[in-house]
Amino acid sequence: MCTYLTEVVELQGSGKGPEGWFPVTTASVYFDHPVHAPAEHTLNVDLLNPALGAGARVAMELDPSAARALATAILEVLGSAPAAVLTQPRQVRT
Amino acid sequence: MSDAMRAETVRITGHGGDEIEAYLAQPLDDARHGGVVVIHHMPGYDAATKEITRKFAANGYLAICPNLYSREAPGASPDDAAAAARANGGVPDERLVGDVAGAVAALKVLPGSNGKAATIGYCSGGRQSFLAACSLPLDAAVDCYGAFVVGTPPEGAPLKVGPIVHLAKDLSCPLLGLFGAEDKFPSPEQVAELEQALKDSDKSYEFHTYDGAGHAFFAPDRPSYRPEAANDGWQRIWAFLGRHLAS
Repeated sequence: MCTYLTEVVELQGSGKGPEGWFPVTTASVYFDHPVHAPAEHTLNVDLLNPALGAGARVAMELDPSAARALATAILEVLGSAPAAVLTQPRQVRT
Repeated sequence: MSDAMRAETVRITGHGGDEIEAYLAQPLDDARHGGVVVIHHMPGYDAATKEITRKFAANGYLAICPNLYSREAPGASPDDAAAAARANGGVPDERLVGDVAGAVAALKVLPGSNGKAATIGYCSGGRQSFLAACSLPLDAAVDCYGAFVVGTPPEGAPLKVGPIVHLAKDLSCPLLGLFGAEDKFPSPEQVAELEQALKDSDKSYEFHTYDGAGHAFFAPDRPSYRPEAANDGWQRIWAFLGRHLAS
C-alpha cells in the first residue's frame, strides 16, 4: 500500500551523503514501499537539505521493529546523557 | 516484422510550457502505432518504469514516460527525486494533467503515430491515469491499483491528493482497472465504489481483481510481485489496448 503519510521534522545537524558531509535541515519520516530493502513496506527516514538539491539526502529504510528499536535507543541515550551537555548546538559565526 | 526499437531520454513540453524530461521508446518499423503514456509510481522515474516503457514498445506501441519530478529534482537520481517530490507534497493534479497532455502530444507528432493514445499508471500513477482520462481526450486508460481515486488520504498527510471519483462522469475513454483483492489502498470496497460511479455515468470499463494479490503485484523487483496476477494482467492490457488503439 501507499500510506501517503509523511511526517516532516525541521531540525539542525549534519549528515553524510554521496558528496560528503552537509548541513541537515529537514527530516521526512514515512511508512511506505522501500527502494532497496527486501520488504513490502518499511519505515523510511530521509535526512535532507532541500536548499542543496535532491541529492543532499541520507536515506534509511528500516524494518518496523528495527525502527522502533532505533527510536528507543535514541531516546535512551539522550535520557542518560548529562543534562549539562544537552544544550542547543552552539552557533558558530564564520 | 521488425522487432527493433529505439529507447532514449527526450525533452518534451509539459504543464505551463515547462520543458521536462521523458523516456521515449518506439518500434523501428514503417507501421503506424498507438501511443501509451506510462505514468510512473511514487518511487519515481526509475529503472523499473523505464523497463515497462520499453515493454510497450516491444509490443508494438509508441511509449513515453514523463518524469513527473523533473521540476523538483532535475538530474537527481530517481530515489532522491522521489523523496524530494514527496517532501514537497507530491505532484499537483493540475500539473499532472498538463504533463500527460504534453506527453500525448509528443507521441502524436511522431511519424509512426496512428493518432491514438492511452495512459497507464501504477500505484499513485493509477489514480493519475484515471485523472488524465477524465481531463483529456484519450482513446483508452489503464488504472493499476491506483489509491485515492476513492477515499481520502489519512488526516495530516501532506500530499496534495484527494478523491476524484466524482470525475467519473467526465471519463473520455474506456477504462481497464486491475486490482489486488488484498490491497488496502485501494480496498475492494473502494474499487466497488469506483465501479458504481462508472455504471452510474454509463461509462465503458473492465475491472479485474486478483485473489492472493495486494498492492504492486506487477512489480517483479518487489516482494509484492504476484506472477499469476501480473501475467494475466499483462494479457488483459494487451487485449484492451489492441481493441482501443488499433488503427
